[in-house]
Amino acid sequence: MEERIQLQVSGLVKRFGTETVLDGIDLCIRKGEVVVVLGPSGCGKSTLLRCMNGLESPSAGTIFLDGEEVTSDGKKITQLRQKIGMVFQSYDLFPNKNIMDNITLAPVKVQKRLKSEVEQDAERLLKRVGLWEKRKAYPRELSGGQKQRVAIIRALCMNPEVMLFDEVTAALDPEMVREVLDVMLELADQGMTMVIVTHEMQFARAIADRIIFLDNGNIVEDSKPDEFFTNPKTQRAREFLQTFAYKKRRTHTD
Amino acid sequence: MELNFDFMVKYLPWYIDAAILTVKIAFFGILLSLVVGVICSVVQYYRVPIIRRIISVYIEISRNTPLLVQLFFLYFGLPKIGIVWSAEFCAIVGIAFLGGSYMSESIRSGLESVEKSQIESAASLGMSNALTMKEVIFPQALAVSVPGICANVIFLIKETSVVSGIALADLMYVTKDLIGLYYETDEALLMLVVFYLIILLPISIIASIIERRLRYAGFGN
Repeated sequence: MEERIQLQVSGLVKRFGTETVLDGIDLCIRKGEVVVVLGPSGCGKSTLLRCMNGLESPSAGTIFLDGEEVTSDGKKITQLRQKIGMVFQSYDLFPNKNIMDNITLAPVKVQKRLKSEVEQDAERLLKRVGLWEKRKAYPRELSGGQKQRVAIIRALCMNPEVMLFDEVTAALDPEMVREVLDVMLELADQGMTMVIVTHEMQFARAIADRIIFLDNGNIVEDSKPDEFFTNPKTQRAREFLQTFAYKKRRTHTD
Repeated sequence: MELNFDFMVKYLPWYIDAAILTVKIAFFGILLSLVVGVICSVVQYYRVPIIRRIISVYIEISRNTPLLVQLFFLYFGLPKIGIVWSAEFCAIVGIAFLGGSYMSESIRSGLESVEKSQIESAASLGMSNALTMKEVIFPQALAVSVPGICANVIFLIKETSVVSGIALADLMYVTKDLIGLYYETDEALLMLVVFYLIILLPISIIASIIERRLRYAGFGN
C-alpha cells in the first residue's frame, strides 16, 4: 500500500428532504487500500458510495478523487467516472447487448480505445473468471453470479483506479456468493483500491485493510478488521456484530 | 346478387392507382409520425423545460381532434395565411400530425419502462446522456413499444381513408366516385374492402409475428 491519497472525503453531508443520511463524513483512502463499510441498513453506506462517483450530489462537503473534485457537473463527472468503477447489487448489465458488447461498449465509445485492444483485455479477464465461453450470450442467459462477475469485468475494462462495490452479493444465492467474492479477493491482491459495502462478515474480515462502521450517517468506528471483529471499540458496533451471531436455541426432543 | 365482373375488371386499374396513393400517403405519413414520436417522447422523457409543455399541448390537440378536421385546417385553413400545400403533402403532414402523438405516447411508455438502475450503471461507466439513450435506453424501450407502434401503424393506415375529404383519389374516393357515376354500389364496395384487406392483412400478420417474438424471446434468441 502506498501513502498516496486516492480518495479524500471531507465533511460530507447528504440530506434527502429533511432526513440527514450522511452527517459529516471524513474519510481518507490511500492507494491500494481495501476499505469495507459496514453498518445497519439505512445507515448511509450505499449513499456514501453513490456520492463517491457522483450518482448523488453532496448537500455539503467535498470529495476529491486523485486531487480532482467529484462534482455533478456533466462533462467533468463523465471524465472522473472513468477512473472510478462501480458494481451494483442488481448487476445492471445491459440486456440488449451480449456479454462482450456489454464489456466493450464504454471503453470503445467513451474512452475511444481500439475495439480489438479492449476485446483482448476482455478475453483475458473473462478467461480468468471462467466465462469466456459466455462472451456471445445475453445477460438473461446467465446466472446471478455469472452476471455479477461480468459486471465486475465491465467496470475493470475501463482501467479504473478505484472500484466501488455496493452490496454486490446481496441478491445472489449462497452458492454464487463465493465465486463473486473470489474475484474481488483476487482484485484486492493485485493492489486495486476498493471500497466495499457488504453484509458478508467473514468476507469483510478476510479482504479488508480497514473497516469503517457507519451508524446514523456518522463514522462510529474506523479500525483494523481483526480489532473490529474481536474487540470493537463502541457499544453500537458490539450490538451490530451480535446480530450476526446465532445461539442454538432449539433442541430436538422428539 | 349478381356481380358485374366486367365492371370490376374494367375499373381495376383505378383501384390499383388509388391503392398506390393510399400506401404512399400511409408510408410517408407513418415514417414522419415516427420521427415526430421519437423527438416528442425523448423531450418528454428528459422533462426538457418549456419545449415539454409545448409538446403536451400538441399531443392533446392531436389526439382530441378528428383527422378530417386536421386535414381541413391544413388544406383550407393554411392558405389563408399564405401557406399553400398540395393535397398529397397535406395528407402526409396530417397523418404525421395525428400519428406523431400516438407514436410519442407508445415510445414514451417504453422509455419509462427502462429501469433507473440501467441509467445509473451506464453513468458509472462514464457514458454521457446521449450515448446512454442511444445504446442502452432506446433499444430496450423499443422492445416494449413495438406492440403499441404496430397498433398505431394499422390505425394510421385505416385513417388514410379520410384523405378523400380533401379531394385525393385514394381508395375511398375512387369508390365513392364510381358509385356516383355508375351506381355499381356492390361491386365498388366489395373492391374497396378487398383492397384494404390486401394492404392491411399482411401488415397485421407481420405485426403479430414481431409481437410474439418480442413477448416470448426478448433479447438473446
